[in-house]
Amino acid sequence: MTAATVRDRAVRRRALDQSDRGIASHSDWRRPGVWLGMSTVHLILLILLILWGVGPLLWLLKSAVTPTQDTLQAPLAVFPHGWDWSNVATAWNTVGIGVQFLNTIWVAVGSWFVQLLVATTAGYALAVLRPKYAPIFNGLVLATLFVPGVVLLVPLYLTVLHPPLIGHSLIDTFWAVWLPAGANAFNILLVTRFFNNLPREIFEAARTDGAGPFRLFWSIVLPMSRPILGVVSVFAIINAWKDYLWPRLVLTNPAVQPLSVRLPNIQSQTDLGVFLAALAISMIIPIVLFLVFQRLFLRSAGLGGAVKG
Amino acid sequence: MTTSSAAVRVSRTRRRTPLTWIRGGGPANLLFLLPMIVIFGVFSWGPIVESVVMSVQHTNFVTAPTFVGFDNFLALFRDPLVPIAVRNTAYFAVLALIFGYPIPLIVAVLMSEVRRARGLFSALAYLPVVVPPVVSVLLWQRFYDASPRGLFNTVLSWVGIGPQPWIQSAATSMPSVVLVATWAAAGSTVIIYLAALTSVPPELYDAAEVDGAGLWGKIWHVTLPQLRPVLLITFILQIIGTAQVFLEPFLLTFGGPANSTLTILQLIFRYAFQNSIGLDYGKATALSILLALFLALFSVVYFRLTKAWSTN
Repeated sequence: MTAATVRDRAVRRRALDQSDRGIASHSDWRRPGVWLGMSTVHLILLILLILWGVGPLLWLLKSAVTPTQDTLQAPLAVFPHGWDWSNVATAWNTVGIGVQFLNTIWVAVGSWFVQLLVATTAGYALAVLRPKYAPIFNGLVLATLFVPGVVLLVPLYLTVLHPPLIGHSLIDTFWAVWLPAGANAFNILLVTRFFNNLPREIFEAARTDGAGPFRLFWSIVLPMSRPILGVVSVFAIINAWKDYLWPRLVLTNPAVQPLSVRLPNIQSQTDLGVFLAALAISMIIPIVLFLVFQRLFLRSAGLGGAVKG
Repeated sequence: MTTSSAAVRVSRTRRRTPLTWIRGGGPANLLFLLPMIVIFGVFSWGPIVESVVMSVQHTNFVTAPTFVGFDNFLALFRDPLVPIAVRNTAYFAVLALIFGYPIPLIVAVLMSEVRRARGLFSALAYLPVVVPPVVSVLLWQRFYDASPRGLFNTVLSWVGIGPQPWIQSAATSMPSVVLVATWAAAGSTVIIYLAALTSVPPELYDAAEVDGAGLWGKIWHVTLPQLRPVLLITFILQIIGTAQVFLEPFLLTFGGPANSTLTILQLIFRYAFQNSIGLDYGKATALSILLALFLALFSVVYFRLTKAWSTN
């Protein structure tokens, strides 16, 4: 980091301090009573948040490499009789969590691709191309937001069991998860709103320069939409990783099951230490993604509320 | 270029023919809409219509579906499990509101006052949300170990409280289930509130101070009214979400002990996929339609009642 960027940051932080105020004003903060009270409350809050947010996860990481008997006898002791790294290897190889780990990645990547394809093409057609009948489709998509997911469960299962035109069941193929994931009205709402706010003069200019609808989509609209594509991607990958009920219904063969479906099934026949190692393996990728793309995650979460509101 | 767009403009004033449709970019429009039409048609619009049809049919895949009128709905009213599931789901929703509605608000208000490392606070609060729910449920199942050596029971013993049965007793099973669900979900509520709090215009606080408002006065007269729209929306979204709760009670207690955590969605799941006397798709869709109608009605009434209050 150069001296210039350090100075830059300092300047920006000072500017932020001056403009940014909360419920308590700057003069409030200068009163010793307020300052002491607030700091104490914040310290307590930080400790509680650490216990709440990281505590259970740290316990899982610890227990994943602790001998089973120690975890059973003294769950809160830290390595009373050393550690047991073999749990992790057994979970991955002998229990075969490695297969489901790759399946989970495959499920997430496919769902992400289908969701992005449907959301961007539909958003482009509805917000940029705007054919006369666009409002009808817009309405039909938004209407599905008001239908609770429970209504879809049984008929969607039967659709995947007997899909139209294809002629054979999609059960136990990844398509059974990928394709329904694309029918996400929330994604289309987010993308359409974003495309609506792009400056239309740029589209007109590109058209005047001879860009057709495909060129406009690929070279102008998509590159301008990275922020919203990031938000949709975060939702898509994390939701695919978290999903349980649907993949459980349509992926019955362990060879194609993701971790979330497989874990409850192996629980009863697996040694506790090995099982906890499997749980720890299952949460590593989402947590690493969160730590790397923290800003994007938190912005998406806040946006979720803004759009709903 | 100018001549062709002029031609399009002229042709628009004439009758629309297939040729003008093609010239005007009609096929491209349709091509871009195609993924959505196919995916939504097959996996969303189609199944929604189908579920209404199936609720008045008897479907068994051996013979053609037969129209049975409201038989499926009447069968629900005769099933003694339905009132149990409704009561449990309502209990879950109420407990989830008590655990997961006021505390995130308090935490978010406190966090919005943090001046340094607010990102760390947000990250800590949000971390459980990214943990796959299956992992958190199976992990908490361990914490709920009912033996005196169980993790939570060990912690309780430090403050002199005897071992609790947690998920093994009908009295404590539902609160235990709600606690896991709250752990997994509260972080996103905090972040939503925090986003709303940071968009409160600071001038409002300045103005309140001019009028002589103290810290509590500002929270009561500025912060909470500004949050009202978000609070109203998160409330109804939480109700809609908790009415369809499935994963936590299904994996943690499998509806037990003694059906004390059997929820509506679990009952639908049993009718459709786990019925020992034959799968009953008609009854399952009938129950999901009833739940959806109830939620729609509830939302309409809710928004009517809160309308005057939210636009204020």
